[in-house]
Amino acid sequence: MSLKIFLMPLVLLLSMVSLSSQATIDAYQFDDPEKEALYKKLVKELRCTVCQNQDIGDSNSGLAQDLRRKTYEMISAGKDEDYVLDYMSDRYGDFVLYRPRLQTNTILLWVGPFIILIVAVFFLLKFIRRSEEEAPLSEADRAAAEQLLERDE
Amino acid sequence: MKGYLIPLAVFIVLVILLAAGLKNDPKYIPSPFIGKPAPDFELPLLHQPQQQLKKADLMGQVWLLNVWASWCVSCRAEHEVVKRLVGMNIAPVYGLNYKDNPDDAKGWLNALGNPYKASLMDIKGDVGIDWGVYGVPETFVMDKKGIVRYKQVGPLTNAIVDEKILPLLKTLNAEVN
Repeated sequence: MSLKIFLMPLVLLLSMVSLSSQATIDAYQFDDPEKEALYKKLVKELRCTVCQNQDIGDSNSGLAQDLRRKTYEMISAGKDEDYVLDYMSDRYGDFVLYRPRLQTNTILLWVGPFIILIVAVFFLLKFIRRSEEEAPLSEADRAAAEQLLERDE
Repeated sequence: MKGYLIPLAVFIVLVILLAAGLKNDPKYIPSPFIGKPAPDFELPLLHQPQQQLKKADLMGQVWLLNVWASWCVSCRAEHEVVKRLVGMNIAPVYGLNYKDNPDDAKGWLNALGNPYKASLMDIKGDVGIDWGVYGVPETFVMDKKGIVRYKQVGPLTNAIVDEKILPLLKTLNAEVN
């Protein structure tokens, strides 16, 4: 029995897997590699509203296909990144942007982690200082502790 | 004893926040259109394709736009509610037939009844994108100035109509032009 017989189905199976995962990629042609790069970047940054937690580049839903087509049309027409992101957030809200913009209602989102970090560092320093300030052991206490430790051994 | 109070307080706050988070519907996305002018459109009618309807034709009245399709399963259940709403004669309901086959759409209306003043054909779904449609059925309420005042994602129910839509329509109808 050759190993081939076992391997062949596996190879076939793997080739099918890679084929099906490529099926979501549309055959969009760009006249400019920069536009193609922008398209690839944007479909990763726009969230699919139907299948949340997927970007529109990953999703096979009808809406994601339509939004990819729209993105393609805008980029081929020479629109820039901000134009496309504005277009999408005007229609679907800030929700579609995986990278929220810095604006009044998202300021806490951007600054919050740093505030938490500052507060944490403040309390950590306070804690360290307090344990340093604690009075060292008196001679009598040290002797008692050593005696206890020795007895243990 | 006092040392336990702070972690306990933090824990309680966390539990309250998480409990509130559980009650949020992740499918609900606030519409950026509320309080803003309805997006422009100009589309052929399902039953008279040679005739076009645009947003300007509908100004000066309170109207509803109901996004539907014959392939949409929950539209079927919602249809009875739309018929009931239209039967009350408070405001006209226009249909946006979204990414559908015109023959299937007409057959669907023949079988289930056609409450719409008219249905607009959005075969490619471009107008749907302009309106931020992501889950058919969806329903929008526009005031006399063409401002979007309410958006329902997902099927209308009798409860939503009675508790939200009807009171809103009455207020909007009372507003001056």
